Amino acid sequence: MTKRVIVDPVTRIEGHLRIDVEVDNGKVTKAWSSGQMWRGIEQIVVGRDPRDAWAFTQRICGVCTTVHALASVRAVENALKMEVPLNAQLIRNLMLSAHALHDHIVHFYHLSALDWVDIVSALQADPKKASQLAESVSSWSLNGVHELTQVQQKLQSFVDSGQLGIFANGYWGHSAMKLPPEVNLIAAAHYLQALEIQRDANKIVTILGGKTPHVQNLTVGGVTNSINLDSQSVMNMERLTYILSLMDRLDDFINNAYLVDVAIVGANYLEWAGYGAGITDYLSVPEMALDNAGTKFALPGGYIQNGDLSTFKPITSFNDEFFIRGVHESSKHSWYEDSGPLHPWKGETQPNYTDFQDEGKYSWIKSPTFYGKPAQVGPLANVLCLAASGHVSALKHTNFVLDTVSSLAGTKVGLGALHSTIGRHAARAVRSAVLMEEMRNQWQLLVNNIATGDTKTFNQPVFPKGIQEGVGFHEAPRGVLSHWIVIEDGKIKNYQAVVPSTWNAGPRNDNDEPGPYEAALLDNPVADPEKPLEVLRTVHSFDPCIACAIHMVDTEENEIVKVRAL
Amino acid sequence: MKILVLGIGNILLTDEGIGVRVVERLRELYMIPDSIDIMDGGTAGMELSGDLANREQVILIDAVKTGAPAGTVVELYDEQVPNLFRTHISPHQLGISDVLGILRITGELPKHFTLFGAVPYSIDTSTELSVEFHPIMDDIVQRVVTRLAQLGVNLTRHLQPITSDNPTRMAS
Repeated sequence: MTKRVIVDPVTRIEGHLRIDVEVDNGKVTKAWSSGQMWRGIEQIVVGRDPRDAWAFTQRICGVCTTVHALASVRAVENALKMEVPLNAQLIRNLMLSAHALHDHIVHFYHLSALDWVDIVSALQADPKKASQLAESVSSWSLNGVHELTQVQQKLQSFVDSGQLGIFANGYWGHSAMKLPPEVNLIAAAHYLQALEIQRDANKIVTILGGKTPHVQNLTVGGVTNSINLDSQSVMNMERLTYILSLMDRLDDFINNAYLVDVAIVGANYLEWAGYGAGITDYLSVPEMALDNAGTKFALPGGYIQNGDLSTFKPITSFNDEFFIRGVHESSKHSWYEDSGPLHPWKGETQPNYTDFQDEGKYSWIKSPTFYGKPAQVGPLANVLCLAASGHVSALKHTNFVLDTVSSLAGTKVGLGALHSTIGRHAARAVRSAVLMEEMRNQWQLLVNNIATGDTKTFNQPVFPKGIQEGVGFHEAPRGVLSHWIVIEDGKIKNYQAVVPSTWNAGPRNDNDEPGPYEAALLDNPVADPEKPLEVLRTVHSFDPCIACAIHMVDTEENEIVKVRAL
Repeated sequence: MKILVLGIGNILLTDEGIGVRVVERLRELYMIPDSIDIMDGGTAGMELSGDLANREQVILIDAVKTGAPAGTVVELYDEQVPNLFRTHISPHQLGISDVLGILRITGELPKHFTLFGAVPYSIDTSTELSVEFHPIMDDIVQRVVTRLAQLGVNLTRHLQPITSDNPTRMAS
């Protein structure tokens, strides 16, 4: 009997995301990913001064604020063919790293770990055994018996008081939950510790950005931070040293807790290295510009086809023609007028709502393609491109995770395991470790550059008459983000944001090929259609910025069961 | 810990931005003393956890959906506030409810809350409040000022409002 399961997650701003799957014999046989709301937020900046766009675009989404600000100023700079002072590039690099680390840590521990970790089971753990296990694979200082016992007592007091709070909606006791109680306890402890650590990452964004959640130091042409190592009121050595101390704490957690936890979870759920690959054409963009013009980067990006790293083709500058020409968006299955796949500079958004048609139009999200094909974006794409380009830090951390998984699981696990649901989590942890290491380099580069006497942070933009086109891209926590701008006589004429969730959550394209979410869900097991935990695991592994409300429709009985999911 | 005045909402969605607009208006009209923190929380969630943790008093301004007609202003106090977000009445349920849930677990939940919520007329795409919502904004600004006075903080007006027509002190 085929059952249709509708997962209807809610995103804060970009619109509701709804996932429909058909389940037959305990497996997903068909999947649809549908954006349920049209906002047309890009229209807000049309007609405005391009220098103001970033302040609006950073409010598009509640989770990814800084990234839209950065992509926006880069788009204008690109249109004006501007260079940006080195200090500004480095300050941006530090800020985007801290933002991404915050985002990745919160995603793994607070938004998706509970798909894999059974908090209630942690109550059955022996804290001594748990501590021995944790200390056998990690030198993290908070894995002691005392610490773990306290965490267990805390959880017990929540259960006893009947107030599980944010833990109340988990699929506790679900047959797909497989971690031993001791591992669940370690994970619960790190869940709580990660709450502290994410604040450190956020503090760095605040110090550099002037404020969070919406930074105010970005500007077209650079940043507004004033640099004077001896002044009390601006960017000085004291602040830079404080940032470094926060980085030390983050580094310790990422390398000794996050990377290890991902490996432990992966080793216990190794079958999930066999589900969720989906689209294995991967796209990422280079990040952390190291020169004024944006032609040298600390982190390479590019395009990989069919999961084959030898096909890697790099994207090499902010003006890269291979990237700029490759991106199109199709509206064939989206609720817009369809005039064939269009380049973002020519993008149209004329609504044409039809209702949900399985074979026709079913989403407010357009379907982006790279040279006509869907592409998966995100930390996995990023890490694979880094590995393909021989990036030393990425290879080192990837090998660490795979070796730890292999040793815990007692079987050799190779790079191929990354093309999967669990692999996306592993890649996100690896990317965090890479960002962490690179962030230290950026900090040193900034201090060194200031020491040469260079305190410049801003170049004045000049808007000529006529039309200029530009693109600003950023390898954001969820993957390739690109803002496309057309400026006419100093005002914005067209503006399109092609966001990571569009790449991954897009519907079928002009050739009726499914998007990455849709493809990744095929053949996923579903033990209990009323509690489609497995569907959530795969969707969450992409890190959609959503919380989910699950509606289960049984087409036979036509009844709707509503389940809240985390 | 200082009193935190926190406005949340999305200013790209018309009346959804009321919390942020009230905070902006407070800054335009009043000198903000060092004894309080006033913050535009925008659409954020977890980023706010450090700013909320362990506060004695939090005054929250937000758009709410209560079933009451548009333009209705609600006031809630103390434990009613986390409870409101737990039952998901506010359109900001995701961010703030997660943060409050987490602060409960870490034992850092603010001691006292005041919420001023307003039911929106429109949440279409626009950077301006709807015309009907302007008096609601002024009303909430007054309520915040009154509440702060009850808590022992008296705000003093600028001689002239700090607006884009008078940008001398727009910096912060």
